[in-house]
Amino acid sequence: MWAVWAKNLLFAAAVLGGLGGMAYVVRPDFRPGRPERLPAVPFNAQEARLAVEPVNAALRRSWEAAGVEPAPRAEDLAVARRISLALTGTIPSLEELRLFEVHPAENRLAWWTSHLLADRRSADYLAERFTRAYVGVVNGPFLLFRRRRFRLWLADELYANRPYDQLVRDLIATDGVWTDRPATNFITATINPDDENNKPNVNALAGRVTRAFLGLRLDCAECHDHPFADWKQRDFQGLAAFFAQTENALFRGESKPFEGIREATGELEAEDYSTGEKHVIPPAVPFKPELLPREPAHRRARLAAWVTHPDNTAFARATVNRVWAILFGRPLVEPVDDIPIDGEVPEALDVLAQDFAAHGFNLRRLMGLIVLSEAFARESAVGAEGASAAQEKLFAAFPLTRLRPEQVVGAVWQAARVSTVDDDSHLLVQLARYGEENDFVTRYGDAGEDEFEPQSGTIPQRLLMMNGELVQGKIQQNLLGNASTQLAWLAPDDQAAVEGAYLAVLTRRPTDAEAEHFIARLRDTTGEERARRMEDLYWTLLNSTEFSWNH
Amino acid sequence: MEPLNPYSTCGRYAPSWPRRQFLGIAAGLGAASWLTPVAQLLAAEAETKSARERAQSVILLWLGGGPSQLETFDPHAGEKIAHGTKAIDTAVKGVQLAEGLPRVAEELGSIALVRSMRSKEGDHERGVYLAKTGYRPDPTVVHPSIGAICCHELPAKSAIAKTATDIPRHISILPDAWPARGGYLGGEYDAFKIYDPQAKLQDLTAHVDEARQRQRLAEDLSVVEQAFARGRRRAVEGTLHRQTIDSARIMMTSDQLKAFDIAEEPESVRALYGDSAFGRGCLAARRLIEVGVRCIEVTLGGWDSHVNNHEIHKNLNAQLDPAFAALVRDLRERGLLEKTVVVCGGEFGRTPEVNPLGGRDHWPHNFAIALAGGGIRGGVVLGESDPEGGRETPHAKSFADLHATILQAVGINPAKEVITPIGRPLKLAEGEAIKELLDVRV
Repeated sequence: MWAVWAKNLLFAAAVLGGLGGMAYVVRPDFRPGRPERLPAVPFNAQEARLAVEPVNAALRRSWEAAGVEPAPRAEDLAVARRISLALTGTIPSLEELRLFEVHPAENRLAWWTSHLLADRRSADYLAERFTRAYVGVVNGPFLLFRRRRFRLWLADELYANRPYDQLVRDLIATDGVWTDRPATNFITATINPDDENNKPNVNALAGRVTRAFLGLRLDCAECHDHPFADWKQRDFQGLAAFFAQTENALFRGESKPFEGIREATGELEAEDYSTGEKHVIPPAVPFKPELLPREPAHRRARLAAWVTHPDNTAFARATVNRVWAILFGRPLVEPVDDIPIDGEVPEALDVLAQDFAAHGFNLRRLMGLIVLSEAFARESAVGAEGASAAQEKLFAAFPLTRLRPEQVVGAVWQAARVSTVDDDSHLLVQLARYGEENDFVTRYGDAGEDEFEPQSGTIPQRLLMMNGELVQGKIQQNLLGNASTQLAWLAPDDQAAVEGAYLAVLTRRPTDAEAEHFIARLRDTTGEERARRMEDLYWTLLNSTEFSWNH
Repeated sequence: MEPLNPYSTCGRYAPSWPRRQFLGIAAGLGAASWLTPVAQLLAAEAETKSARERAQSVILLWLGGGPSQLETFDPHAGEKIAHGTKAIDTAVKGVQLAEGLPRVAEELGSIALVRSMRSKEGDHERGVYLAKTGYRPDPTVVHPSIGAICCHELPAKSAIAKTATDIPRHISILPDAWPARGGYLGGEYDAFKIYDPQAKLQDLTAHVDEARQRQRLAEDLSVVEQAFARGRRRAVEGTLHRQTIDSARIMMTSDQLKAFDIAEEPESVRALYGDSAFGRGCLAARRLIEVGVRCIEVTLGGWDSHVNNHEIHKNLNAQLDPAFAALVRDLRERGLLEKTVVVCGGEFGRTPEVNPLGGRDHWPHNFAIALAGGGIRGGVVLGESDPEGGRETPHAKSFADLHATILQAVGINPAKEVITPIGRPLKLAEGEAIKELLDVRV
């Protein structure tokens, strides 16, 4: 008796209160007005079309040359889901999808892209992805707190859309204390706390710089000449020597201020294995020495200028390949940080790299061009059997890739709410999310640094999604908190309820067969039984291949 | 339809690289491209030796944080470096252990000690990586832990188990921040994590009854999967999604889950292992071996005694002593010790000096670990540390050597090379098996 009253009261409160709005959102005919927060638009739809045309032309040429038929164009909603996962690490909310669909068809993807690129969620998400490439995932000497500080700084920089070459120069060359100058953590991350000299690891830094910013794997030349490519041990040592004068000046009494990372003196010495003699390694770059400035004396500043020089094509190419990988889940050239310096690369990579350098290393423009390119809008479903290996290799069909744990948990959170979960959410919501997210990511299994290696699913992941507390909490009956209950109670009919669940979880409408099956499951049900059936539908959609994979 | 055994090839159904890679191997290079020709020959040679004699499983008692050799397996009672720590006699004449390990001392006839271990890493995270994989951290590749290698290399069914194993065969009990990983062998070789065996297993119970669960999986999910597979059949197969769900279901309903339930053991047995999460973990490990699990690590952390070294070791030894001793004895009495390699140690040792806070700091230069079972010769003591605390140790052994020894004991050729995803061939272990520890049969 009490339960019935409680439910009635709750329902009355819900309808009278803020939930009134939700009742509208779950209606299929809901058409919101323009958002209050107008996004900063890097380019409008027409400009986007012009800018992306050379990329599309390069892609088409590569498909024609290989005799590969591109897959048909995917539905706008499917592309919107990809763009959302790529730029914010989560799926669109029901509220956002209603907004998306009121935009004219020819402009909506460009609008959606601009909208998300200017969203703080995008800066936060991408900062984590880039942080992996810059300082890795190992916590070891690089304390959790410092990594977090670094990531927040990076998110601010990305939010301000700072030119990428400037950002990278900061990473390589900044002096100062890590709290005040978070960029210095690129350097401090390599300091081993057990090392009495408190010196950064010059080899680790040379490896990071070449992989993250130049798309080269010189690390194996640390100990010997590269087995396959043309790199010599001297090339690696020359790069490492740019960091030989870098030190971390700690507090040493009142007279000497706490300076942090700075340039001092010193030289890198190496031992000749055959003679056993030690000799000084002068700083040197492995290619295009003419781009290396003579000034200033600050070695890291010189290296940073060389790495980011507009004529150093390796820099733009490496960035494009990594950004492509973050957005598609797979790089254009595999592996992501091994791009041949003289060999042939896909034409689209070069076109994008040239555009990137020519437009002041504008990351948002680059990301916009990639997600609005023809490759990003290809279907992942082709014919009866699926895409051919050639279609997949050349991005003539959209590749299936496993979502990262952060994307899965972000999508679970979003699917369970009809409105958008973002920074405007109540602090308690954010805190709850932060804790649950960390726990989920740990147990789902982080992909580590090799995040673009193809991977299949694991059993603990399935157990976590099928039986875990997070998913259960997000689908069980809860009128105030969960979309499944709201749809069960507030959607005008069975079809609207099923369609709402599909849109909220899978960002698409059900096929006829699916609609028929699930409408039949809901037919003539009411109250708790109806809520249970909606919970079953939500559970099913969250446990589908489609939900856990980008497609 | 008969459900597939999810662990028919040790944790995976088929090569689980998604189709793109799998096709590349099958069409271009042949499935054997995983092995180099020389390594194939070596592997074939190793496999001809009688597999029945080999150890089947590995249990790693992981002492996270770096235990002090002086307060455990290598006391120097009476010397300055002991700083007051006393020693006790053991079942092996002339060999002493630190005073907190009386029950291990009784079992020492079955246990070998290596007192000349040397690591190249003095940082916890890097040290754990080296200890668990046998390789130093390398930015270009993540190495697999010993359990992942065992699962990858050994046949699906352990000779100990009566039936095929349908729970994960690589398990980490009470994992700390760095549990055993699959590395380049793939995430499906990561250790399956469980916590205190006293508690209910996480995520293994459905929130709905069996009828509703069947409705969800058999009816509802099939409708959604069918819609998605249209035009994506091959790619969807490459995800192994449905098979993984089936494996998860088999596991959820498996009788072998009882192996985790130590309440089935008589009170007297439980008492032997001690009333601690670690003791319960060791008991669960023995039960898991019996259903064919290949590798289990049980973690006892907290050995990082920069402050109050002696007190910390006294408390932790009180948990380690009954659990380690009971495990060795229990395995021996059940005839399982010959089939199970037990390794007990941490990432490094601790300084001979005691700091002003009564702590000992990190000391990778020489420290001690213990091994038992699986053809390891009990009662052997290998190497000697300097009674005055010097860094040098004659006949120093590395973690790479330790890994080679364990692999040899379970019948895997340590020199076998695999082609890693970055194209570089790597040996399963780059050290030399420690011959003095291995029974001639091995």
